[in-house]
Amino acid sequence: MLVKRPQHSALFSALSPFIAFGLTLLAGAIVFALSGQNPLAALYTYFVEPLSEVWSLHELAIKAAPLILIAVGLSVAYQSNNWNIGAEGQFIAGALMGSIPPVMFPEWQSVLTLPVMLILGLIGGALFGAIPALLKVRFNTNEILTSLMLVYVMQLFLDWMVRGPWRNPEGNNFPETRRFNPMAVLPELMPSSGRANWGILFAVIAAVVVWYMMKRTKRGFDIRVQGASPRAARFAGIDAPRMVFFAFMFSGALAGLAGISEVSGAIGQLRPSISPGYGFTAIIVAFLGRLNPLGIVAAGLVLALTYLGGEAAQISLGLSDKLARVFQGMLLFFVLACDTLIHYRILLRKPVVAREG
Amino acid sequence: MAGAQMASGDRELLHVEGVTKIFGSLRACDSVTLSISKGEIHALLGENGAGKSTLVKMLYGTLQPNAGSISWKGQQVSIANPNAARHLGIGMVFQHFSLFDALSAAENIALALSGDASVAEIAEKARTISQAYGLPLDPSSLVGDLSVGERQRIEIVRCLLQEPELIILDEPTSVLTPQEADKLFVTLERLRDEGKSILYISHRLDEVKRICDRATVLRHGKVVGGCDPRAETAASLARMMVGNDIAAVVRPAPANCVAAAPLLSIKNLSQKPSGPFSMALKDISLEVLPGEVVGIAGVAGNGQGEFFDAVSGERRQADAQTILIRGTPAGNMGISERRLLGAGFVPEERLGHGAVPTMSLSDNLFLSRAVSDAKAFATGPFSVINRASISAAATRIVQVMDVRKSAEDPDAAALSGGNLQKFLIGRELDRNPSVLVINQPTWGVDAGACARIRQSIVDLARGGAAVLIISQDLDELFEISDRLAVMNHGRLSIPMPIADATLEHVGMLMGGAI
Amino acid sequence: MDILQSILLTIATAATPLLIAAIGELVVERSGVLNLGVEGMMVIGAVVGFAVSLSTGSPWLGVIAAIIAGALFSLPFAFLTLTLVTNQVATGLALTLAGLGLSGLIGELFVGQAGVRLANIHIPFFSDLPFVGRLLFGQDPIFYISLLLVASVSWFLFKTRAGLTLRSVGDNHTSAHALGIPVVKVRYLAVMFGGACAGLAGAHLSLVYTPQWVENMTAGRGWIALALVVFASWRPWRVVGGAYLFGAVTIGQLHAQALGLGIPSQLLSSLPYLATIVVLVLISGNRRLTMMNTPASLGRPFVADR
Repeated sequence: MLVKRPQHSALFSALSPFIAFGLTLLAGAIVFALSGQNPLAALYTYFVEPLSEVWSLHELAIKAAPLILIAVGLSVAYQSNNWNIGAEGQFIAGALMGSIPPVMFPEWQSVLTLPVMLILGLIGGALFGAIPALLKVRFNTNEILTSLMLVYVMQLFLDWMVRGPWRNPEGNNFPETRRFNPMAVLPELMPSSGRANWGILFAVIAAVVVWYMMKRTKRGFDIRVQGASPRAARFAGIDAPRMVFFAFMFSGALAGLAGISEVSGAIGQLRPSISPGYGFTAIIVAFLGRLNPLGIVAAGLVLALTYLGGEAAQISLGLSDKLARVFQGMLLFFVLACDTLIHYRILLRKPVVAREG
Repeated sequence: MAGAQMASGDRELLHVEGVTKIFGSLRACDSVTLSISKGEIHALLGENGAGKSTLVKMLYGTLQPNAGSISWKGQQVSIANPNAARHLGIGMVFQHFSLFDALSAAENIALALSGDASVAEIAEKARTISQAYGLPLDPSSLVGDLSVGERQRIEIVRCLLQEPELIILDEPTSVLTPQEADKLFVTLERLRDEGKSILYISHRLDEVKRICDRATVLRHGKVVGGCDPRAETAASLARMMVGNDIAAVVRPAPANCVAAAPLLSIKNLSQKPSGPFSMALKDISLEVLPGEVVGIAGVAGNGQGEFFDAVSGERRQADAQTILIRGTPAGNMGISERRLLGAGFVPEERLGHGAVPTMSLSDNLFLSRAVSDAKAFATGPFSVINRASISAAATRIVQVMDVRKSAEDPDAAALSGGNLQKFLIGRELDRNPSVLVINQPTWGVDAGACARIRQSIVDLARGGAAVLIISQDLDELFEISDRLAVMNHGRLSIPMPIADATLEHVGMLMGGAI
Repeated sequence: MDILQSILLTIATAATPLLIAAIGELVVERSGVLNLGVEGMMVIGAVVGFAVSLSTGSPWLGVIAAIIAGALFSLPFAFLTLTLVTNQVATGLALTLAGLGLSGLIGELFVGQAGVRLANIHIPFFSDLPFVGRLLFGQDPIFYISLLLVASVSWFLFKTRAGLTLRSVGDNHTSAHALGIPVVKVRYLAVMFGGACAGLAGAHLSLVYTPQWVENMTAGRGWIALALVVFASWRPWRVVGGAYLFGAVTIGQLHAQALGLGIPSQLLSSLPYLATIVVLVLISGNRRLTMMNTPASLGRPFVADR
C-alpha cells in the first residue's frame, strides 16, 4: 500500500529512470529467453553492439536528434499540463513548410537557403501546434484528442503533396519530391567518420536553453506552476490562455525544426512517410527524461539505441524489428511506475505499534 | 444529570481503550481512552489538529488503529470499514460532507444504505423521517444545487435512516447560522430522549456547555481529561483544550478616519456565475477605510469565493470603476496589476490556490510576489530568478511569523495548516500592503497560530492599511472587525459598526431572513 | 434501392466498433478514470481475435479471445493508475503505444493471410423482408451485441444500485471512500470492462469489417471512440447517435472516393478525423453543458488515507 511522503524524494527522482531501464532490460531478457535466444547475447546485440563502432554512433546521433528536439519541446508542454500528443503532425508540418524553398524554388541556392528553411520549419510546426491551442482556449476542446486527430490529417496531407502538387517532375511518377539542392542540405558534422548532421547540435542546444529557462527564469517558473496547480497559477497572475498557446507553439516549433532537419539532413527530399513515429516515441523520451531537458538528452540516446538495436537484432538474430516498439512501450510503463516512488512510500504491511502500559 | 459516574455497567454503549494512530512520525491519536453511555450527548473537545477527526474515523471504520481496542455493548469489535460500523449501529455526519454533487438527495442517501431497496422507496422513507424530525428536504433535488444547511440535513437524514444507536457529528455547526444551529440542537436533544447516543465533536465551547452531558478533551492526540461541561466555564474548558492561556487579541481603538478616503471601494459589483454550481454576485457595494478591519460573515457557499475572485482580480470585471484600489479604477485589472497598486490577497484554500503543494516555501513566496517585487526577485530581460533574495525574504517571513517547519525549505504540503497559513499571511504582510483581503484567515488553524494571525491582521490595519476579512467564524469576526457585513445568496448587507452588531441579528442576516 | 440499402448496411458495420469501444470507455470514465489506451486495447483485440480465429478456424473463439485479451491488456493500466497512482494521461498513452507495438509483433505472422469472417445472421423470412430485412435481421452478430450492450449499460448505470455506486465513485471518490465504497475495486472492474469492450471492438474490425490483419489497422478509431464519449456527454444512448454519424462520414467519404469526384482521396480520408475535431468543438464550446456532465473525479488521482 502507498503512503504519501511529506516531501518528494530527491533520491528517487534521480534513481527512477535507472530503475525503470533496469526493469526493462530484465523484462527484455525474459522476452528473449522465451523466444529461444540467449538473453545476454541478445541484450548485447541490442544495446551494446550499436555503440561499438564510430559510424553507428553517427547513426545513433541521427536517430536521437529528432527525438531529443521534440521531447524537449514536449517537456515544456507537459510541465504546463498541456497534453500535446500531436508532435508527429507538427514534425511533418515543419518539414513541409521548411521544404518550400528547395521544392518550389530549386533555383534559389544561397547561403540563406538553409537558415530560411529552418526558420520556416519552426514556423510551420508552431502554426500547426497553434490549432489545438486555439481550439482549447476558444472552445474548451480536449487538446489530447484534437492534437492527435491533426496527426492523421497532416500525414494524409503530406501524402497528397508528394503524390500531387510537389511530385518530382523528373521522378518517374515516384511519390516523392525533387531532391534538395546542395545549399538546402543540412551539413554533416564530421563527414569523414559518419553521417551525423547538425540536427544533434540543435537538439543539445535546445535542451540546454530550455533547461536554463525552466530552472532559472520566471517563464519556466510560470510553466511549472501552471502544471502543478492551475488555480494557484491564476492566483499568481499567470495568463492561462497565453500559456496554452506558448506550450503548444513552442513544442510545435521544436517538432517542426526536427522535421525540417530530418528531411534536409537525413533524407534529402520529402516522401509519403518521413518519420518512424518520432513524434510518439518522443513522448516516451520526455517521460524517461523525467521532463528534465538534460535528462531528455540521455533518454533520447537510449531510445535511439532501441531503434538501432532493433535493426541490429533483426539482421544478426532474425528478431522482429517490431520488438523495438514493444521495448519502448515497456520502458514508459516502468518509468511511470517508478515515478510513484518519488511521491509515495510503499509499505508491504501495516506498521505495528506495541501497546503502551 | 448524566454525570461521569454513569459510564459503567450495561449503560455503556461504546468503550475505546488505548487507541493509537500513527501517520509517519506523527501520533495523531496516542493511547486514547473514551467511553460513551446510552442516551447521552458526549462532547469530544479539542482544537484543530488535536486528533478528533482521526479518532472518529477509526470509530467509523475509514481508518484502522495501529493499537488499542474498541468495545461495542461490552463486546470487543474490529471495525474494518464503514459498512461494519453501520452494521453495528454507528452513524456519522461528516464535517466536510460525504455527498455527491451530481446525484440527487435520494441517491446520496441510498449509497450509504445496505440492502436493495429502490431509490424511490428510499426517497419515500427519507421524506417521512425528515418530516418526523423537522429536517425538511426534497429527495429529488440535485445536491450540487443545495445550500450547506440543506446538505447537512441530507447527511443527518441519511444517518438516521440507518437507525443508528450512536451518531457521530463532526463540527456540525461550523456551516450553520446561529438560528439553524438552534434547530439542530432541538433535533439532537430529541434523539437523546429517544435513547440514542451522540458523540458531538466541536471546538465551540458555548454550544458544548449548552447541550452536552459529558466531555472528553483531547490535546496533541492524548486525552487530557473528562468533565461535565455544564460545571465548567468556557475559560476552564479552553485551558484544558489548549494547555495554556491563549493571548487575547489586543485591539486598540481605530483612529477616527471617517474623513480619510477609502483604500478599497467596491461599487455595484454584479457578476454572473462562472459554472453550474457557482453563485452570482448581486450589486455589491463596500468601502474599506485606512486603519479598519471590515469583516464579511456568511454561511459557506453564499458567494464568498466568487467575491474574493472578483476583488483579487482572478476574475476581471468589464467595468474598471466597479473596484477602486487606492482611488485607482482596477475592476478590469488582473491580480498582478492590483498587487502593484499595493493590494495583497490570501485565498481560502491554502494548498492548490494560495500555494502550490509540491513547491518549496521560497517558490511559493515568489508565486504571489514575482510581479510586485520583480526588481528584487526576477531581473533582466529574461526575468532571471534571484534565488538568494527570495530565500532571504522567506527566512525573514518564517522568523517574523514564527513558522515551524521540519526542513530548510520544505514543500508547502509538508507544513501543518496553521504554519502554512502563517507563512501565506506573512508573505503578504512582508510587502506592507495598503489593502489586504483574506478569505477564511484561520480555517482549520490551531489556537496558537490563530491568535498570532488575528493579532497581525489588527496590527496591519492599525498601521494604516485597509483590511477585508471574509470568514465563517463569527467569534473571529466579532473579535477583530471594526465593521461587519453579511453575505447571503450573492448579496452583501450594509456594513454595521461592530458595537451595534448582535449575534442574533447577524444570524438572521446570514439566514437571509432580513 | 439496393445501393442505399448496402450503404446503410456498411454504415452500421463501420459504426459498430466505434460504438462498442466508446460504450466501454464511457463506463470507465463514469467511474472517474480516463483511459487513453483505447486504441492500444482495440488493436490488441484485433490481432488476438484474428490470430485465434485463424488458428482455430472458429471466429467465435476469436471474439471471445479478443474480449479476454482486451480486459487483460487493460490491467497494466489499472495497476499503474489505480494502485500506483500514476498520471492517467501518460499511462493511457503508454498503453496505446505498447498495444500498437505488441500487436505489430504478434501480427507479423499473420500479415497478408486471409481471415475468417464472422458470418452474418440469417433468420429465414425476416431477413428476406424487402429493404428492412437485411438491415434489421441480417447483420453480423456483433452488431446486435453492440446495441444490447448500450441498452444494458444504460440500464446498469441508471437503474441499478451497482450503477449508482459506480457513478458515485466517478463524482466524488473522497465521499465514496468515506462511506465505505471500495473506490479502487470499482474502478478496476470498470477499467477491465472498458478493456473487454475495446477488445471486442477490435475483433469486429479484424473479423467482420475487414477480415484480415494489417498493422495499425485501428487507424485512430480508439481515439475517435474517446471523442464520442465527450460528444455523448457521458450518456449511453447518445453514443449510438455519435457512432452512426461517424460511420456515415466514413462510408460517405469511401463512396465519394469511389465516384472519383476529383477531390483528392487523402482529403476525403481525413474527413473522419476532421469531423471528430468539429464535433468536439461544437460540444465542448458549451462549457456549461460539459461541466454539468463531466464526471467530477475524471482523471484525478485517488489515494485512500490509512
